[in-house]
Order: sequence, then structure tokens, then C-alpha cells
Amino acid sequence: MLRLPIYLDYSATTPVDPRVAEKMIPYLVEKFGNPASRSHAFGWETEAAVEEAREEVAKLVHADPKEIVWTSGATESNNLALKGAANFYSGKGKHIITLKTEHKAVLDTCRELERQGFEVTYLDVLENGLLDLEVFKAALRSDTILVSVMFVNNEIGVIQPIAEIGEICREKGIIFHVDAAQATGKVEIDLGALKVDLMSFSAHKTYGPKGIGALYIRRKPRVRLEAQMHGGGHERGFRSGTLATHQIVGMGEAFRLAREEMAVENKRIGALRDRLLKGLSDIDQVFINGDMTHRVPHNLNISFAYIEGESMLMAIKDLAVSSGSACTSASLEPSYVLRALGREDELAHSSIRFTLGRFNTEEEIDYAIKLLHKKIGSLRELSPLWEMVQDGVDLSTVQWAAH
Amino acid sequence: MSYSVKVLDHYENPRNVGSFGKEEEGVATGMVGAPACGDVMKLQIKVGKDGIIEDAKFKTYGCGSAIASSSLVTEWVKGKTIEQALDIKNTQIAEELALPPVKIHCSILAEDAIKAAVADYKKQRGV
Repeated sequence: MLRLPIYLDYSATTPVDPRVAEKMIPYLVEKFGNPASRSHAFGWETEAAVEEAREEVAKLVHADPKEIVWTSGATESNNLALKGAANFYSGKGKHIITLKTEHKAVLDTCRELERQGFEVTYLDVLENGLLDLEVFKAALRSDTILVSVMFVNNEIGVIQPIAEIGEICREKGIIFHVDAAQATGKVEIDLGALKVDLMSFSAHKTYGPKGIGALYIRRKPRVRLEAQMHGGGHERGFRSGTLATHQIVGMGEAFRLAREEMAVENKRIGALRDRLLKGLSDIDQVFINGDMTHRVPHNLNISFAYIEGESMLMAIKDLAVSSGSACTSASLEPSYVLRALGREDELAHSSIRFTLGRFNTEEEIDYAIKLLHKKIGSLRELSPLWEMVQDGVDLSTVQWAAH
Repeated sequence: MSYSVKVLDHYENPRNVGSFGKEEEGVATGMVGAPACGDVMKLQIKVGKDGIIEDAKFKTYGCGSAIASSSLVTEWVKGKTIEQALDIKNTQIAEELALPPVKIHCSILAEDAIKAAVADYKKQRGV
């Protein structure tokens, strides 16, 4: 039986895998000890659980467990990485490089660093959403101390050339931070090979619980950070605060499952995504946002031209998806990511993001395809832009009364 | 975002969708907004010889509240003289549809669409 609405917004968050939830529960009631309590068995038991989880997180990304620090999520990890590194290395220089398409947790942290006196370059990306390495090289300065580039973009799912950027940064002795919140379980991450110094993780994008994340801090060569949270000196002083054992256990289990199942799972999800794309490909005036080759298998971001995104969401309310339309955000601006690709505002307003995941089925995808076909016709009937285009009007030549 | 019952009703059953034939007598068109802003409204009125709006049609590219606002005004202008139609204020539209503050611009756009259609009518008549 098909259950409605159908969840196709796995990049916003994922459900906790039932196997993960099961593993977490004992750490709420029975095994409640403070992992920092060294004086009794309650603490020893939860400390062991925390360390086991740390190993699982490290294993997924081929790191040493000692390089993993728990945080409350990727936003905190990004804050700790960027502010911590910028402040520690500020004696070496004041220049930071990032992309215009980064998550707000990076962009807004960079804005704060600008207020503190750092200079930040926000690089444009290519039309397909990827960073041009030549543009990157040209932006490097002698006083560049920090570079932050996301592994996988949250809106369009494109995979940035992390290995290549890492080589360039290492050669120049620049600290390289990667926001990998959308990458775990989707792409292979080998920190033994990648020359990445800091990497942010989140549990709830990979079937773990919300409110827990981690920051990878490289030990060889050693990366130093200024702590942003002060207190009892937990996590070797990088991040004070009593550890949330049940959340940490959940993240460890979620990352273990990702490591064991991602190869098979990504094939299955990729096939579903391709099925969705194929099912929509006969619709006129549909545009894919972002590169289709360097892209995670579960993301499809499409603009249905001449249909505004929010009205589309209303029409397909049986599908839980998101839009780059201004109306779905508080800012009244369309998606800054799509605008950075050079998409016209109108196509940004008309974009829909489908992100598929572990619990989607073929039946759900087929339902989505049918529903979209049905609604696109009637919404275009309602669209004055569609009518004008059908009448042969070139919309770019129209003098609009902007408001 | 949650929508009021009236917005949902107009969105799901929009009134008077469509366009009049280009040659029809007494038809005037108001087109407001811009694709880049995420809303474009086209409102057409058909004015009889007695100066009363006999019929109205719309097409809207925009969010649910924009569609509902334009659907509503097609109902409201019918049977009114063009001067009476100009008395329709965005605050009335917003109140009727219980629009939240971030959607007030949709009601303003609908009011502008009426003004634009009336201006087109007057221009045609040389008034």
C-alpha cells in the first residue's frame, strides 16, 4: 500500500533507521552514565560506547578515531572548523576562500569572520555548479590561510573536486576544510588519500539522529584550532560539554550501516532517481540544475519552466519535496545556489528538488511521475508566461513592471 | 507554510481562468509583476457598453496566494463599473483571504492588476 505523502526530501533530513533507534534506546534509561565519569562502572560503560561509535565514524571516512571530535551537528562543526582555524592561524594571514554555493552554515560563519577583520573571497562556480580549478588557483594569495569547499551541494547534489583542491592547498600550506554533511554514505570518502585537514559531518542526513555531528581534525600533519566552546575540557579541549551518549551511539551505528550498505544502496537509489528523470523527460521545457555526472545518485533538481515553485508544491502536496522558489523561504529571494549557476531568476523560482533515500520504492516514484504529469498541464494552463511562449513571445524582450 | 481555507479553495478551484479572444469588443488587459520576482498576473476585463464589467478572466504565474488573489478579484470586479472596480483595495483582498504578512505583496499585485486593466480600457477609449 502506498502511504501519502511520499517523502522525497532526504537531503533535508532522513528518518532514523529503526536499527539505529534500537541501538540508541538503552543509552537513555539503563546506560545513562556520564562518559566523563571515570570513577565507576556507569561512566566506563558509556565511555566504551562513545569510543566504539567514534571508531565507526572514523572507519567510514578512513580516519583515525583520535581525529574525530563530537559536536551538535554540521553547523557547529563548520563554525568550529572555520572560526577555530581562522583564529588560530590569523598570525599567518587574513584571507579565506569559499564558494558562493556553500551552505549558510559556512557562508554566514565567513560573514562573521569578515566582521572580525578577515577577508573572504566567495568564488563563482561554473554553470554546472562545479568549481573551476583555474578560477580557484587564481584566487589564492600569499596570505590565504583557509579554504572551505563543500563535498556535495545540498541543493543540486554536485560533487566538488575535493582531491584536486586538497593537493593545491597542501602544497601551499593552506588549511582545507570540507563540509561533508551531504556526502556521507553517498560518496566514498578516504581521508587517508584526500588532503583534507578538517571535515564536518552530520548524523541526521545519513539515517542517524538530529542534534549530533562530528568534526574531523587531522593529526598528521597536525591541524590546530581555537576552541569555540569552553568548559570541562571534553574532546581534548576542542569542544567542552557532556557527551550525548545516545546520540553518539546513534551516529556511530548510522555510519556503520552506511559503510556496510552504501555500495548496494546507492545503486538502488540511483536507479530510482534515473527512473524519475526518465519519467519526466517527455515534459516540455524542463531543465536539470547542476551537473549530472559529478552528482550524488539520490538528487534530482529540476526547473519546470513557467510554473512557480511554491504553487507547484501546493499542487503536488502528496509529495514532500522542496523548492528554490522565493516563496518557500523567508527572504523573498530565490535560491542563491541556482542563481550562482547563472540560472535566470525565473527558472530558480520554478525549481523543485527531489532527494531520494533508503525507504523509497519504485511504486512511489511511479506515483510521483504520474502526479507531476497531471499537475504540470493544469498549472501551465494557469500561467500567463506559458501562454505568451505558446504565442511565440520571447519573454526576455518583454518590459516587465518589476515590483 | 500553511494556507487559509479560502486560499486553498481558490487555488484548487480557481475562478475564471483563461483569456478572452484578442478581437473581442470591450476587452482590456492588465499585466503586472515580473518573472524574476516570481509573480506575473494577467487580468482581463470585458466591459459592456454601459461601462459595467460583464466578465473577467485571469492567468497567474506565482505562489498559491498570488493565484488566489487574482482568482478572487475576477469575482469581485464582475458587475462593477470600472470606477467601482478601482475602489477594491489590497487590504480587502488580504483580509478576505487571510493572507499572512509575507504574502501581502500578492494582494498588492492583484490591486495593481485591476488598475492596469482599467488603465488599458481607458487608453483604448481615449479617456
